Amino acid sequence: MLLGQQSWAFKNKPRIISTGVVGGPFEARGALADDFDILHDDIWLGQESFEKAEKKLLEDACEKAIQKSGKTKNEINFFFSGDLMNQIISSSFTARTLCIPYIGIFGACSTSMAGLALAAYLVETGGARYVLTAASSHNSSVNKQYRYPTEYGAQNPPTAQWTVTGAGAALVGLEGNGPFIIGATIGRVVDLGISDPFNMGAAMAPAAVDTIEAHFLDFQIDPSHYDLIATGDLGQVGHRIAADLLTERGIQIQQEKFTDCGLLIYKDSQQVGAGASGCACSAVVTYGHLLNRMNRGELKRILVVATGALLSPLSYQQKETIPCIAHAVAIERGD
Amino acid sequence: MSNEKNTELAAKQQAYQQFVKSREPKRPILANCIRAFIAGGIICTIGQFFQWFYMTYFNFTEITAGNPTAASMIILSSLLTSLGIYDHLAQWAGAGTIVPVTGFANTITSAAIEHRSEGYVLGVGGNMFKIAGPVITFGVFSAFVVAVIKLLVQRLGGF
Repeated sequence: MLLGQQSWAFKNKPRIISTGVVGGPFEARGALADDFDILHDDIWLGQESFEKAEKKLLEDACEKAIQKSGKTKNEINFFFSGDLMNQIISSSFTARTLCIPYIGIFGACSTSMAGLALAAYLVETGGARYVLTAASSHNSSVNKQYRYPTEYGAQNPPTAQWTVTGAGAALVGLEGNGPFIIGATIGRVVDLGISDPFNMGAAMAPAAVDTIEAHFLDFQIDPSHYDLIATGDLGQVGHRIAADLLTERGIQIQQEKFTDCGLLIYKDSQQVGAGASGCACSAVVTYGHLLNRMNRGELKRILVVATGALLSPLSYQQKETIPCIAHAVAIERGD
Repeated sequence: MSNEKNTELAAKQQAYQQFVKSREPKRPILANCIRAFIAGGIICTIGQFFQWFYMTYFNFTEITAGNPTAASMIILSSLLTSLGIYDHLAQWAGAGTIVPVTGFANTITSAAIEHRSEGYVLGVGGNMFKIAGPVITFGVFSAFVVAVIKLLVQRLGGF
């Protein structure tokens, strides 16, 4: 139910019944390889194009989540999904395969938590028994659309981030013994005038801070309430800025409790610039790594703040600055 | 209301941009220059080898050897691009791999490969010069302007 200005508190405690986490070859060599359900060793996934490969990633993640839950597709009421492709084709084409009533969502890299928050809200209010939510990105299809061709030899600055090839899906319902979704905060669009698409972390950091601040205010809690607060894909640059901005606003989060999905997924030796990014970044790290840590009992309560940069190649060329958003979802270990 | 210039926001944005500048890693300009010098130098040395090769083993003069040399470098660059090596070299070398003719070949080959999935006509044909296009457009126009200036100077009795 509505709490404060922009948050939902879920009293009926919707659960994440199961998840499906899929990655590509670069993720297989990364730091969290053990947390994936499926790892593909072919960047094309046997498809003719990168766009089709991304759709396959998303289909795999959704089918894995459904299979692990023991449910059938017919039992699932709704499917929320988003990605970074024009007209979110990966999601819509996956919905065509799944045949589950579908609403496409776009929140750039914040899509994972936007979807999870909406799914939890529908289940909480009785609007649905089971909702599947997913997000995907593919390094090459995203590069093709937003930047340069994959094989083009441009030198990336140290602030640039590496788009994750992968997809994460979660099935939300009231049954099972998965972790509870206890609350969510929907973010505002924040734009502090950064226009460099190779510095997304700095552009998105104020949005993350705005949402985190609103979350604590709405729930009347402080950072000690959580064992871990993970931002989506701020990378090294953005994460440091976010930590500084939070301190400036009087919110002290212990350094070891404050992390970023974009800093967790790859090894230092993989040279990904400032870190990882993409819709799949927060999706695979949350639904794979973080939930596994909760299941192992290492974490009791976490807050995931997925961050998204709402630009398009067109808006960038027209010299627009980058509007950013962040959505937060609080998750608590199940019994 | 949305048309009014929000001066408070503008000031906040400026302050934030200053704040970000102090916290982002700088581009290593000196290291990049040295790497570009080394990589560009190696590429030119390879080109020099091809020129020597065509002059020594085939009947080319120093001037006519230019064409087969450029063609050889373009083939080499396209090969490395299609094998997925050139972009990795470029991340290290920066301007060293962009400026020579190999960089130009890379822009065309990479775009052609990238858009193959949209078909040969609209995909490859329509997008091949996506990155190289501006270089050709402004290159040809600059050449035209320079030629006009040269002709005018000659007509006016210059050199």
